[in-house]
Amino acid sequence: MKINDLLSHGSEWLRGTGPNSDIVISSRIRLARNLFKISFPHWANKKQCEQVLTTVTDAVSKIALLKQTTVFNLSALDSIDKQFLVERHLMSHDHAQKSEGRAVIVDNEEIVSIMINEEDHLRMQVMQSGFNLYETWNIAGKIDDHLAKELPYAFLPDWGYLTACPTNTGTGMRGSVMLHLPALVMTRQVDRVLAAIAKLSFNTRGLYGEGTQALGNFFQISNQVSLGHGEEEIIGNINGIIRQIIEQEHQARELMFSKNRAMLEDKINRSFGILKSAYIISSQETIELLSLVRLGLDLGLIKHIDQARLNDLFISTQPAHLQKIENKKLTSEERDVKRAQIIRKRLGVSN
Amino acid sequence: MLCDGCGKNQATVHLTEIVNDQMNELHLCEECARKKSQDVEQNFGLGDLLGGMADINKNEKDKEAVSIKCPNCGLTYADFRKIGRLGCGDCYNAFKKYLAPLLKRIHGSSQHVGKSPVFAKKTLGLKKGIDIQELRNKLQRAVEQEQFEEAARLRDQIKNLEVKGPEEGEADRKA
Repeated sequence: MKINDLLSHGSEWLRGTGPNSDIVISSRIRLARNLFKISFPHWANKKQCEQVLTTVTDAVSKIALLKQTTVFNLSALDSIDKQFLVERHLMSHDHAQKSEGRAVIVDNEEIVSIMINEEDHLRMQVMQSGFNLYETWNIAGKIDDHLAKELPYAFLPDWGYLTACPTNTGTGMRGSVMLHLPALVMTRQVDRVLAAIAKLSFNTRGLYGEGTQALGNFFQISNQVSLGHGEEEIIGNINGIIRQIIEQEHQARELMFSKNRAMLEDKINRSFGILKSAYIISSQETIELLSLVRLGLDLGLIKHIDQARLNDLFISTQPAHLQKIENKKLTSEERDVKRAQIIRKRLGVSN
Repeated sequence: MLCDGCGKNQATVHLTEIVNDQMNELHLCEECARKKSQDVEQNFGLGDLLGGMADINKNEKDKEAVSIKCPNCGLTYADFRKIGRLGCGDCYNAFKKYLAPLLKRIHGSSQHVGKSPVFAKKTLGLKKGIDIQELRNKLQRAVEQEQFEEAARLRDQIKNLEVKGPEEGEADRKA
């Protein structure tokens, strides 16, 4: 698979299917693993990084479950390619800043990705559309079991999987769920909900993970604690919290729909109107407006537009995607024009 | 009021800093305030936070901790306090005494519960403890999905295992 082949299909996390897909965008499990006796990437020299890279890619090539994968060496990718993979949630922003001795392995369906020499030697991620953490964990656990047969992991019975940062020690697992909460934001309840989550040792982040802002009413909720609780127990806790947030978002949507329908329809249709008629638009504005159109679609206030087509716009309007689609480097101003053009074309009302 | 930073623009942001118990008021224009907040963000990363947590107390014992060096990768405890990252898996053994309370502070526990790699089960004689843990995980899941018959079966199975093998207590959870 070449990197451009990814362009031909939508990203898994935006497929818009799976349980509770009106509110839950995607479920993700990340496992951090390191190799015994070898320095962690930040402390390793070039030779050690290369050694890890070879060892891990060899191990991956022996696993039947990972047959349909491609290794992307970061030193062979340009900055647009890297950003493209970040936009598709296949690797982290931090990983994209590096090159030598670093790689990401991606399966053709984009459900599994393994970053090599990010903060830890291995960061494997399994991502699925909708509210699906258990199934996602099952896949991640299986891949991990196969890899453990090939790779000598750094592990202590008392402290579990040993990671570069002690905040990941133990299971090395981070389970996260991406939520779309426009009604909680509009009714100004979201801060209260997020504050409650923080008290329970859960993290909230924006669309692109660590250090990013909540954009377009998207929030990523994940566990903070990785030691002292088993994987399924952690997932059970996340699930419990997510179910409550889904319930709250549903209530807020119903409340607005019954009490404040005119305001809601106004906001949604104005957003739709801007997207259909703008000639210059930033990616931030695009996401914020698409978020409201998505809500309109969920509530049946907007019709004649296909959910998959809408979801695809979230990703194909991102900077690197635009440049990949156009197959050339574009300045920020050129992108804003191109973006508006693509949106107008895709949202052109057909009837 | 003019900005304390540049002395040119009108101060619109009023900041109270407390450094070493000294209160200091700052009146800044928007631009200087932005610069100031960037300073704060850049100076305060995760490394500082963890380093700060690892900073147990500044006494003699602490001096000893700082000079400990991981025999495998050469990272010192002082390095760890500075960068907030360990150097390799062996660092966990080298700094064990100091990491245990740190892990407890971060996670509220310093005992791993959860899966183990296949080789660990074999070489570390973990099998039994792991089995029980896996069953507990399944039990948790069954309860959550309201599969109560399955849950009852699992509960009995765990009880059975727990009663049967105190001689293998070594591998079991200390809790």
